[in-house]
Amino acid sequence: MAAMLVGALRRGSGCRGGLRLIAHSLRRFVSTLVVAEHEGGFVKPSSLSALAAAEAIAKDNKVSVLLGGSGPALHKAADHAACSHPLVSEVLVADSEALAHPLAEPWAELLRSVQQKGGYSHVIASSTSFGKNLLPRAAALLDVSPVTDVTAVKEPHVFVRPIYAGNALCTVKYTGEGPCMMSIRSTSFSPATEAMSETKVAPITQVDLSFLSEGKSTWVNLTSQDTERPDLANAPVVVTGGRGLKSAENFKLLEQLAEKLGAAVGATRAAVDAGYVPNDLQVGQTGKIVAPDLYMAFGVSGAIQHLAGMRDSKVIVAVNKDADAPIFQVADYGLVADLFEVLDELLKKIPEKK
Amino acid sequence: MKILVAVKRVVDYAVKVRVRPDGRGVETANVKMSMNPFCEIAVEEALRLREAGVAAEVVAATVGPAQSADTLRTALAMGADRAVHVLHDPDPARPLLPLAVAKILRAVALQEKPGLVILGKQAIDDDCNQTGQMLAGLLKWPQGTFASKVTLDTEKQKATVEREVDGGIETICLDLPAVITTDLRLNQPRYATLPNIMKAKSKVIKKVAAEDLGVDIRSDMEVIEVNEPPKRKAGVILSCVDELLDKLKNEARVL
Repeated sequence: MAAMLVGALRRGSGCRGGLRLIAHSLRRFVSTLVVAEHEGGFVKPSSLSALAAAEAIAKDNKVSVLLGGSGPALHKAADHAACSHPLVSEVLVADSEALAHPLAEPWAELLRSVQQKGGYSHVIASSTSFGKNLLPRAAALLDVSPVTDVTAVKEPHVFVRPIYAGNALCTVKYTGEGPCMMSIRSTSFSPATEAMSETKVAPITQVDLSFLSEGKSTWVNLTSQDTERPDLANAPVVVTGGRGLKSAENFKLLEQLAEKLGAAVGATRAAVDAGYVPNDLQVGQTGKIVAPDLYMAFGVSGAIQHLAGMRDSKVIVAVNKDADAPIFQVADYGLVADLFEVLDELLKKIPEKK
Repeated sequence: MKILVAVKRVVDYAVKVRVRPDGRGVETANVKMSMNPFCEIAVEEALRLREAGVAAEVVAATVGPAQSADTLRTALAMGADRAVHVLHDPDPARPLLPLAVAKILRAVALQEKPGLVILGKQAIDDDCNQTGQMLAGLLKWPQGTFASKVTLDTEKQKATVEREVDGGIETICLDLPAVITTDLRLNQPRYATLPNIMKAKSKVIKKVAAEDLGVDIRSDMEVIEVNEPPKRKAGVILSCVDELLDKLKNEARVL
């Protein structure tokens, strides 16, 4: 269906009136390509949020999920994607060693090829480092302007996104003729939790990859922190430390508290710059955006750039010795006290996680 | 080798932005403007590469109204050799989108023929995080985004980039020419010294009109409204840990 429309669009390209008419009719047909990430044979939670965003665009959206990579984990993830959401009508699998790592160059070519064949009205990725790396490059190849970090969908082409570190919300309308490409903020779209009907499994299709060209970049390695803590972006409880912790040794107190609460550990830029924790724990405009049920900030002053990453948390607790710290303006519960005394007391009084 | 650095003039990062009552944007009149912090890091990295002897010239470029020349002066004062200013007056309802900026920078890059283009990871006003990736796509060059370490091998014409990704640090190797966007950890930008500020006044800023580059600057995005985020209801200051635990258990019900 979409392919027929795209063909008609091409035939009509010589006639301006026809082009306008066909483009208008193409706009009515909502279909979405979700670029999904997977790990260990499962679609990542951030990509499940992208599926929820696709549903927000249109209740009768027809969603194709694109997975790339190689090996058994890819095909296991494809099986997961096929039954991950009722709107999924197709899973596209791109099996190639060139896509085994998240290099933007081959991935953007893949995305362009799939879009040109599928003629989707929307292309959605999550605002992960992978999505932010890939989507603008693919959009440039398709000559369209993408929308970054969408937090709400008002109409199929009207979106809300934060600007100025979340201190302003901008409602934009996409008026282009090409596909509407967007990255979505995972914390703004909750993945569907209703049990999937076992009978609803989408077909899985292999993507023809003959277009892939010789790469100008090579992947070398990934250095990651081994941790048993939950993923910062998805944890229901986040415990964050700032400059006030004063040393990496003291951050272990925070990790003990996180252990008790089943929480993830976050940090401010000052704590990362000082070397207390690695940079992937940073919360803020530059780091991760989180919206947990409970966000506890210890020794955090509450700079604009940090608030950008956690202001949407349901309950915010702040512990700071400075009563004038900006963090208290957004905190639901504040304690003006020495954070080490508070941490000691919390560690004593909170029971071990069941 | 020549390095091209793109810089942007934005509302200073320490300013608390105020949304205009008419909902058409944020107040920018009488507001302090500065170089985007990520662009400062990009300029600094280009200068360090030149000081390490792997680059011969650093060219700073910006797209914007006449006042954007101030930002180029800052880059020149930090040590850039010369600058290119593509003049474009903004329209708030039809913002200059990263795609248009990338097309303009592509035209500049084709003229200047740099071996490396460095941009900031994102501008702190629109928070788009798009321009560098789009530029690389348009040029069909490899990209190293969110860089926290850059090593150039001019003999092999390759750049090794360590980049900040969600799970840690990823290392990739790019064939030159390439596009790199900078993350916070890449370096600490220097301050311009007064003598360098004075010297910068005599450095050349070449002015180009956007139309002269033959770039299509259509805008596919219409700004419908800008408003403030919902305000959080005021919190309370508690007196002790016991009270905090009681609130979290019984009032907020998150423990």
